[in-house]
Amino acid sequence: MPSPDGTLHAITANRLRDGVVVFLGAAGAWVESFADAALLTEAEATTALAAAKAQAERDQFGVDLYAFEVESENGAALPVKMRERIRTLGPSVRLDLGKQAAA
Amino acid sequence: MNHIAPGARAGIYHYDEIDRRFVGERVEQFRRQVERRLSGELTEEEFKPIRLMNGLYLQLHAYMLRIAVPYGVMSAVQLRKLAEIGRTYDKGYGHFTTRQNLQYNWIKLEDTPAILNALADVDMHALQTSGNCVRNVTTDQFVGAAKDEVVDGRVYAEILRQWTSLHPEFTYLPRKFKIAISGAASDRAAVRVHDVGLLARRNEAGEAGFTFYVGGGLGRSPFIGKLVREWVAEEDFVAYLEAILRVYNQYGRRDNIYKARIKILVHELGLEKFKAEVEEEFARLRGPKYRLDPAIVAEIRTHFAPPPFEDLPETSSALERAKAENPAFANWVAVNVAEHKAPGYAIATISLKPPGGIPGDASCDQMDVIADLAEQYSFGELRVSHVQNIVLAHVKQDELYALWQKLDAVNLGTANAGLIGDIIACPGLDYCALANARAIPLAQAISARFADPLRQRTIGELGIKISGCINACGHHHVAAIGILGVDKKGTEFYQITVGGDPTLTTAIGDILGPAVTEHEAVDAIEAIVEVYLANRTGESERFLDTLARVGHGPFKERIYAAD
Ligand code: HEM
Ligand code: SF4
Repeated sequence: MPSPDGTLHAITANRLRDGVVVFLGAAGAWVESFADAALLTEAEATTALAAAKAQAERDQFGVDLYAFEVESENGAALPVKMRERIRTLGPSVRLDLGKQAAA
Repeated sequence: MNHIAPGARAGIYHYDEIDRRFVGERVEQFRRQVERRLSGELTEEEFKPIRLMNGLYLQLHAYMLRIAVPYGVMSAVQLRKLAEIGRTYDKGYGHFTTRQNLQYNWIKLEDTPAILNALADVDMHALQTSGNCVRNVTTDQFVGAAKDEVVDGRVYAEILRQWTSLHPEFTYLPRKFKIAISGAASDRAAVRVHDVGLLARRNEAGEAGFTFYVGGGLGRSPFIGKLVREWVAEEDFVAYLEAILRVYNQYGRRDNIYKARIKILVHELGLEKFKAEVEEEFARLRGPKYRLDPAIVAEIRTHFAPPPFEDLPETSSALERAKAENPAFANWVAVNVAEHKAPGYAIATISLKPPGGIPGDASCDQMDVIADLAEQYSFGELRVSHVQNIVLAHVKQDELYALWQKLDAVNLGTANAGLIGDIIACPGLDYCALANARAIPLAQAISARFADPLRQRTIGELGIKISGCINACGHHHVAAIGILGVDKKGTEFYQITVGGDPTLTTAIGDILGPAVTEHEAVDAIEAIVEVYLANRTGESERFLDTLARVGHGPFKERIYAAD
């Protein structure tokens, strides 16, 4: 989907060994919390995703890498789609589980 | 991998020895494959088909492991092991599915070999739960117990399990292949929405035989299984099925995943041509090699011998007394208890759908309680139903009250089997990587809205089924009221269908109108129910009957009137 000007992007994957959702953070390191994810322009995201995929081929750290759109709500970054909102938090029907539980 | 000739397997029923060795070898093989994947020796592309064949999917939050429960029947010991695994390797719960399987949602790849080892300890595995093979054969959850049973489907499900498990010809079918068997007067196994649906019956001489329906299925293109043969004698059972699978293997499309199921083949070839092909193959196969020897059937049947029932009177005065004293219990008996073929016994359904709960989820503590109760009251055996409930099939009527009290104490005493609160919902967007919308929250909201047991009884038989995408794992197509989650520009919407029917009078539901929001969906369901109650001729007219009589008009008018 073409993103309107100014839409930000983040990059996500599942960690190979345990499946945990991870995000690409600053300086190319994978982080577990969406709050630490790097927010990128569309162009930056395209480059970063390609690099991360190439890296993943080598180090086998993450699988199913992809970029998703992020919007800003009251100054806080929030994934545009419900799918990634749920990925960043955990199941909406079990608030005691997933990343939201640790928060 | 050591292929065992299907003939030899069906011939000699060495369940313990051969199966244990086979499962053990597969676990060991997978352990080495996981090691090679973690060390980077295998790429994801190479590894993915391997992990899928072992029941391991990657979902939204973690890996999901699908455990086979052959024909939905398991022992208390096995359930306790599942609870232990859920506690050790998952987050203290599991999800029972419409395929009579159990799924864990938070599995780590690095733990799976250990989990599969733990499963193997109790003769369980995750084979045939994924991939383009013949999947876990499903059957009636009341099998071997129901009063209306004619033939015990487990015997033939077991024969199929042995026949297909390692059959090299059936390991790379064009697509997955699902078989369901029902051997009772009422179809509780939804046979006509499976690739092959079997009705086990008896002829006038009392011999067992099968009616074959082929090409049913849900998903993107729903089809109702077509009758391909009214009667296949027991000795031809394997030969006829093999003929179907061969025709499928030969002509089934492999170029397009959406056109690869046998339902598309039957549709594209046309029923007559398909039948002719199968008959031709059948004629070729028929002979000593493919004849199902009655001695084998008899041998397998001994494994499903009835438990040692006591000689009891037909009815129980203790039960009648308890019902008179406790209306909530009486309601549970009326709704969740079915007739047993042995006098003085009953079949109890344990609902995994408390009002506002997550359909099919059970905590490990609940699993332990159910395992204990199965041992105490039902010969240590239990079943998973395709509507995501648990069944204790052989309970003494005298002991139903004690059973219910213990169930009720752990929130498992809900009386809603077959009623509006007994909702099927797939994991949807809360867990599933393929989902368009959430399914569980809607199920929770609807079951909470209709929590009142009396109101549910008044409404009567009415199934709601919800899928989070068109793959239709929640069977929404065949629901009296079906709900399909769709994504409209990033927002969850729900499309409502009415008039589906999973029983032998199979029907695919019709879309009622434009998709609605989650909030509107709950009100819309309530409106549909109100229109039904206002229009029905009496309590004996089911929702489906009223709908057939009055048509969509009054329902549409009510829901979409405000637009
Ligand atoms: C959460 C991970 C799951 C994934 C990735 C998944 C994937 C799929 C896919 C791709 C299909 C369509 C296949 C086809 O028509 O060729 C399908 C169908 C189906 N799945 Fe699932 N599913 C999942 C969970 C479940 C669960 C939890 C259940 C049981 C509640 C289930 C039961 C079914 C059934 C009954 C069908 C319809 C089969 C038919 O077309 O005849 N699935 N699934
Ligand atoms: S119907 Fe769709 S959303 Fe639901 S479990 Fe199946 S694939 Fe996932």
